[in-house]
Amino acid sequence: MAGFTVTRRSALAAGGGLLAGLRPGLAPAQGTPIKIGELNSYARMAAFAMPYRNAIQLAVDQINAAGGVMGGRPLEFIFRDDGSTPGDAVRVAEDLLTREGCAFLAGTFLSNVGLAVSDLANQRKKLFLATEPLTDALTMAQGNRYTWRLRPGTYMQTRMVVEAARGKTQKRWAIVAPNYEYGQSAAANFKKLIGIAIPGAEIVAEQYPALGRVDAGATVGALAQARPDGIFNVLFGPDLTAFVREGNTRGLFERRLVLSLLTGEPEYMLPLGDECPDGWITTGYPWEQVQEAPHKAFIDAYRARFNDTPRKGSVLGYVTAQVVASMLNKANSTETEALVDALADLPTQTIVGPVVMRALDHQGTMGTWVGETVLRGRTGTMRNARYADGANYMFPEDEVRAARPRS
Amino acid sequence: MDFGFLVVQSLSGLASASSLFVIASGLTLVFGVTRIVNFAHGSFYMLGAYMAVTVVPWLLDFDRSPLLFFCGVLISAAVVGVLGVVMEVLLLRRLYKVPELFQLLATFGVVLMVQDAVLWLWGPVEIPGPRAPGLRHGVEILGQRFPAYELFLICVGPAVLGLLWLLMHRTRFGILIRAATRDREMVGALGVNQAMLFTGTLFLGAFLAGLGGALQIPRVSANSQMDLSIITEAFVVTVIGGMGSVPGAFLAAVIIGQLNSFGVLIFPKITLVLVFLLMAVVLVVKPWGLLGRPEAAAGRAALPEGILATPRFGPWEKVILAVVLVATLAVPVFGDAYTVKVATEVLIFALAAFSLNFLVGNGGIVSFGHAAYFGLGAYAAGLLVTKGGLPMEPALIAAPIAGAAFAALFGFFVVRLSGIYLAMLTLAFAQIAYAVCFQWVEVTGGDNGVVGVWPSAWARSRDVFHYLVAACCILGIAALRHVIYAPFGATLRAARDSEQRADAIGIDVRMHRWLAFTLAGGAAGLAGGLYAFSKGSIDPTLLSIPMSIDFLAMLLLGGMQTVMGAVAGAAAFHTIKDFFMPLTDHWRFFLGASIIALVLIFPRGLSGAYGALRRRA
Repeated sequence: MAGFTVTRRSALAAGGGLLAGLRPGLAPAQGTPIKIGELNSYARMAAFAMPYRNAIQLAVDQINAAGGVMGGRPLEFIFRDDGSTPGDAVRVAEDLLTREGCAFLAGTFLSNVGLAVSDLANQRKKLFLATEPLTDALTMAQGNRYTWRLRPGTYMQTRMVVEAARGKTQKRWAIVAPNYEYGQSAAANFKKLIGIAIPGAEIVAEQYPALGRVDAGATVGALAQARPDGIFNVLFGPDLTAFVREGNTRGLFERRLVLSLLTGEPEYMLPLGDECPDGWITTGYPWEQVQEAPHKAFIDAYRARFNDTPRKGSVLGYVTAQVVASMLNKANSTETEALVDALADLPTQTIVGPVVMRALDHQGTMGTWVGETVLRGRTGTMRNARYADGANYMFPEDEVRAARPRS
Repeated sequence: MDFGFLVVQSLSGLASASSLFVIASGLTLVFGVTRIVNFAHGSFYMLGAYMAVTVVPWLLDFDRSPLLFFCGVLISAAVVGVLGVVMEVLLLRRLYKVPELFQLLATFGVVLMVQDAVLWLWGPVEIPGPRAPGLRHGVEILGQRFPAYELFLICVGPAVLGLLWLLMHRTRFGILIRAATRDREMVGALGVNQAMLFTGTLFLGAFLAGLGGALQIPRVSANSQMDLSIITEAFVVTVIGGMGSVPGAFLAAVIIGQLNSFGVLIFPKITLVLVFLLMAVVLVVKPWGLLGRPEAAAGRAALPEGILATPRFGPWEKVILAVVLVATLAVPVFGDAYTVKVATEVLIFALAAFSLNFLVGNGGIVSFGHAAYFGLGAYAAGLLVTKGGLPMEPALIAAPIAGAAFAALFGFFVVRLSGIYLAMLTLAFAQIAYAVCFQWVEVTGGDNGVVGVWPSAWARSRDVFHYLVAACCILGIAALRHVIYAPFGATLRAARDSEQRADAIGIDVRMHRWLAFTLAGGAAGLAGGLYAFSKGSIDPTLLSIPMSIDFLAMLLLGGMQTVMGAVAGAAAFHTIKDFFMPLTDHWRFFLGASIIALVLIFPRGLSGAYGALRRRA
């Protein structure tokens, strides 16, 4: 344990020194730091959360070296594990707000944790910037004044993938999704949207294995038996690896179009190794194909400092810090009401392009990359990938007005 | 549905069954001989997979031959077996003289430590293993393609069964295992070296778990959540088969494998709850599992485990009680907002743990599913407030009623059993309740739960709510304590120590246990209702297995042999967790290490240590 702490601390020191050296012309930020309470599933979802936290650290150090926010005050994120349950997360959030004196909350991974913290924020009248939870409830039926979300939710991701399949001719579809809210609502969105993208499409089979416990053989057998033309997959992580291996051996994916959420993200693509399937339409992050200069600079800095390739979580972490900085600069205050007002339709120039926090449903227009999976060498990546701007995939305005509680 | 599909689907089920059996056979052997409910068995399974994804690719670099692949698998399993021996020698051996449940707590500490050790050693990213050379391809069976490796797995299960049969019937070690499974005291009385026997069994058990994990690497990637995903299922298999019975475990694994692979065709969401439904049905019909036998010691008056003496508070205890009460009430005056929050939660958990000790320590009814009544109380209160539009006060009255009602319903079946089977039936009911809360999205909000469960306006401040919780929990604990000292409590203890003697003097044992179960469920329900209002939300994690285990850990840490131990345990457990969580990402490691340290230093729990101190003074 001790060795771990030392290496991390020395890595931070080294990174800080590097940045101070890079920007000689600017005075570093001074004064009382603005504290932001960041809680996430660092223990249980470490594969996502570590790259995410690394990128926030990177961004914060760069922002502070460049003069900080609100006219020279440094940013400081206080990172905490949320225990991966709503009960623990609410206690940690209270700790961050009361004992640590954080101005507002950010983060969370699991949807139920995100919703519980969002409701606490509403109760305590503190801002909560949800970063990773995907549930649509966060910005729709359970939305509240104090909760905002940055990354595209389940509906937006499903819509991106389904619209990429527009013009295809597959009519018979099978769905496989993990049996919890994310999987269920992705499946529900898919059923709603596929008929628009491909007229006459029908669902012929549905499988909902328990999260983390997929019985791949039985699931693949059941899907193949329905003889679908296409498969919509929502599995990720270890479930996905097991499913892909079983499907490859049994020929499930041969001559079938597969639409798959998140599979192109390095977090889930890397473990597939050379079994990465070919031609799945998916959302992801092909970092090696990025051309835009600011984004490339981020990737280079990230690789130099952490000696690792960036993940999808890293992009999200960096953009989070950028949006937070731009919000604080606009509000020029840490009062909750001023922060919330500042976020409304706040535009930020981020490494992925402009991101606007839409006031109507408190959803950010950060997008993601859509493309097809392909195996290059011994690892998978994406081809024909393009950045799908979230602004084009938001919930229709009338649906938001019908769903969100009036305040 | 054509015939070929049915055959292949059935083969898929057999392949899963075979893997499950290898793991479960180790668990059932360990339980049969040592009576340890080994939670760490899933951790051994996970370590087997991680060992294999490290060792096997290294071996395959020399030569991509099937032989080296299986050598690697066996080496991994052997390493894990040695780790099992290490756990036995360093930890469990020191705990054979204390109540059996403490070993459960120790293995739970091991689970927590291994989870973080794995993250630390192998990193957070899942690691896919290599496919088995020569078994990469699919085989055509009746027009369907089936993986060759799974055909091989189907053969592994019966092969392991056969080898275990040979071991059990043709070697002295095996005969001793069988003898110890039937009657451990008798084996000891005959002069068998029990330490060697236990160490050997732990090696065999851990080896089988490691083998199960290592054999999975061509199918699933090694990941840090495999331990918990397998352990409940492995327990279910051993219980359905009959604890200690290897052929029973095989039969149960085959049934579960087949039910799973055909069940998903009809109810695609069934996998969440299927095994627990099966276990509940089997235990209600056959209380010792399919091939299990009643414990030989069941008829004997065993050494009682649990609350032995019920002394009144002496002067020292009165002082401590007064200090604790004053401190509880003074927290909002002197502590900051966060301390108040933590103190409120400690009070709630103290009531829940105390109600569990009312069952475990006083009644000998070990419940692995106590969170069910805690969670159902929370759901009753939460749903009444959010969907029913009622204020907090009636909802808080409904919470214990709901907890008690469901405890009465489930308890009706539970009290017919005893020992580990009883414990597993409580677990099955808790999982069924969990699955209903998880799946009935329209009413319960599914796994997202329901938010907006906040107290009435007058109780909304942290301080006022703290006093409300303090009043409810202290009164609840005092009432339960009173019942322990009343004739009803003494009757429960009598039934715990000897069911037959209690029965002979005219006590309706089942009725008493049923009432006790209901009462404890009601108290847990009240705690759950208060918890819902302190968090503002309800969700299925409140009824989940980890929550039940937390309650057990609190109770054991405090000491199940004293009346007030559970309260101290709840405070200690929650404080340790709250201390380490903000410090490090690896808080589970330190929580586990603290639990193990406390178990070793205070093998009778904190209150047991206090009792020893008092007697010496």
